[in-house]
Amino acid sequence: MAGKSVGLEDLSVAFVMEPLAAADWLIPGPVVFCLLVGSVLLMLRKRTDLQPLIAIPALVVLCAMTLGLLAHVVVNGTVSMTMGRWLPPFGISFTVDAMGAFFAATSSLVALAAGIYGRGDVDHSGRRYGFYPFLLLIMAGVLGAFMTGDIFNLYVWFEVLLISSFGLLVLGNERAQLDGGVKYAFLNLIATTLFLIATGYLYGLFGTLNMADIAIKATELRGTAPLMTLVTLFLLAFAMKAAAFPVNFWLPASYHTPKLVVSALFAGLLTKVGIYALLRILGMLFPVEREELSFIIAIVAALTMVLGVMGALAQNDIRRAMGFLVISGIGVMMAGLALGSPAGLSGAIFYAAHSMVVMTALYFAIGIAAQLGGSFMLSSAGGLYARSAVLAFLTLMLFLSVSGLPPFSGFWPKVVLVKASLDVGAWWLAAAILVTGLLTTIAVGRIWALAYWRPANAGALEQHAAAQSLPAGAMAALAGLVVLSVGAGLWPEPVLVLAQDAALGLIDPSAYVLSVFPGEVPQ
Amino acid sequence: MRTVIFRAIAPYLTSLMVLFSIFVLLRGHNEPGGGFIGGLIAASALAIYGIACGVEPVRRAIYFHPMGISAFGLFVGTLAGVLSVFAGVPFMTGLWVYPTLFGVEIALSSVLVFDIGVYLVVVGAIGSIALALEERDRD
Repeated sequence: MAGKSVGLEDLSVAFVMEPLAAADWLIPGPVVFCLLVGSVLLMLRKRTDLQPLIAIPALVVLCAMTLGLLAHVVVNGTVSMTMGRWLPPFGISFTVDAMGAFFAATSSLVALAAGIYGRGDVDHSGRRYGFYPFLLLIMAGVLGAFMTGDIFNLYVWFEVLLISSFGLLVLGNERAQLDGGVKYAFLNLIATTLFLIATGYLYGLFGTLNMADIAIKATELRGTAPLMTLVTLFLLAFAMKAAAFPVNFWLPASYHTPKLVVSALFAGLLTKVGIYALLRILGMLFPVEREELSFIIAIVAALTMVLGVMGALAQNDIRRAMGFLVISGIGVMMAGLALGSPAGLSGAIFYAAHSMVVMTALYFAIGIAAQLGGSFMLSSAGGLYARSAVLAFLTLMLFLSVSGLPPFSGFWPKVVLVKASLDVGAWWLAAAILVTGLLTTIAVGRIWALAYWRPANAGALEQHAAAQSLPAGAMAALAGLVVLSVGAGLWPEPVLVLAQDAALGLIDPSAYVLSVFPGEVPQ
Repeated sequence: MRTVIFRAIAPYLTSLMVLFSIFVLLRGHNEPGGGFIGGLIAASALAIYGIACGVEPVRRAIYFHPMGISAFGLFVGTLAGVLSVFAGVPFMTGLWVYPTLFGVEIALSSVLVFDIGVYLVVVGAIGSIALALEERDRD
């Protein structure tokens, strides 16, 4: 024990010897940064006045880092760093391809908007419960999931974001929140357990957890190993995380209970992490099995989108209606996964990014509307247009965007997906997407007509005689996200190209494999 | 649980357990032990002291809120990984220095710093839960 230490003669048998470029630090950078800032904020839990002052600039820096990473990946292709310098597959790799970088950049923009909105929405007691620390830690989980190249590590990041989301969900300890929180926690734990079982099974079959390594080995194992069982387990676990029908019931049961900014963040990010995992594992690692399952995935997708939007049509509580719209959007993304063609996958990726921005913005919009009108209930809401034309205008743009009407960001991915479905003759899937668009227009049109156009009834006006002014920070956050959505709608070319690149990277993972194992000949 | 025997022994037992937890933490690099198990032992030491003498003295004794300790541990653990920026090697690479003190070589590493971070996270998190449960007991 106390003997003299001797160094290893030849480091290259165990270690990655290639020198690092400074830009490589962008790979683990965002996650590490989130953890550092999150822990500092947790130590300063009682200084509720300081928290937003630290958190919001930190989120700006985070956006700069993830956007820098996106630029790095677009220029140099897939990049990888293996933790602890161990040779992959023994070390845990962080591998960022176009899809991971695109989602990471979009999600950190959404988190920045949530941080700004949260300044007004979360009071001092909510901050003492840890809104900002949890926001940073949930971002560590989300970004880690988008960037990791190791399946067990993916599971760990799911846990990180899940635990932070429990904390955010019960911010304030109200009865309804605890009720929603228990349902959410329990059903998510089931999904996580399934994910863990599937991961154990995968390790038993492959003897590796590194995604690039799995991509190499899948071809030779395909004849002998029961990969269909494995992939079906993964599909079930991630479909539950993504809230696809018929395992979507946890979402409407819980998303209307927490603070509005928390609902917004969850609606924007959490289900998309499930979609990301589906695209990564089914789309990239097991394309043959995905093809076998594609009919089932397509049925699930069609049912999710149509039943989701029907749920939205039936609601009186606007927050619940938004929850159902989130589910409906998940169906559209699953349709892209079911198609599996470059166009289908790129449509799904574009739609996921669109959904992150627009769903978060929608929750912000109804939150501001509820502050002005005093209620989330359609039956009593009214007169919002008269109160604030600006808010009404921004909300209308979001409503049109979520319905998939031009010239907003929801239009292009739907065009791509409808065309991709027709190309393979799946006319019913294309029809489901179009019908969902129509029904969504009706659902949001109903909210618009009742809450915005309809004159406020006299009683409500009395109650809110002292009309509050618009909260400036919240409006700025909302406007920023609307600009993103409109920008991607009016000038879709870069986003389409990026999504196309990301989809091609999934279909042919040789760049992904090469970034982890330089010199390996991909099959 | 506030018997005389238990109350008389608890301070000694607690200090012994905390000492032992640090021993386990430090030997953890090459032999069984480490930050996680050391942290668990230290957290049980706090729990025992809390059962014997009440939660308030424990909170006074550790001075910082357990969540703060845990956050500090997370910070230290992450920083241990960031140290490798300065060595130009990937994140979390173990870095070693071998200073000689009185003729005995002491191997110090960023791995040890990480382990101390883990120790603090576990002490803080488990300690926080244990103390909260013990407080709830009195209601």
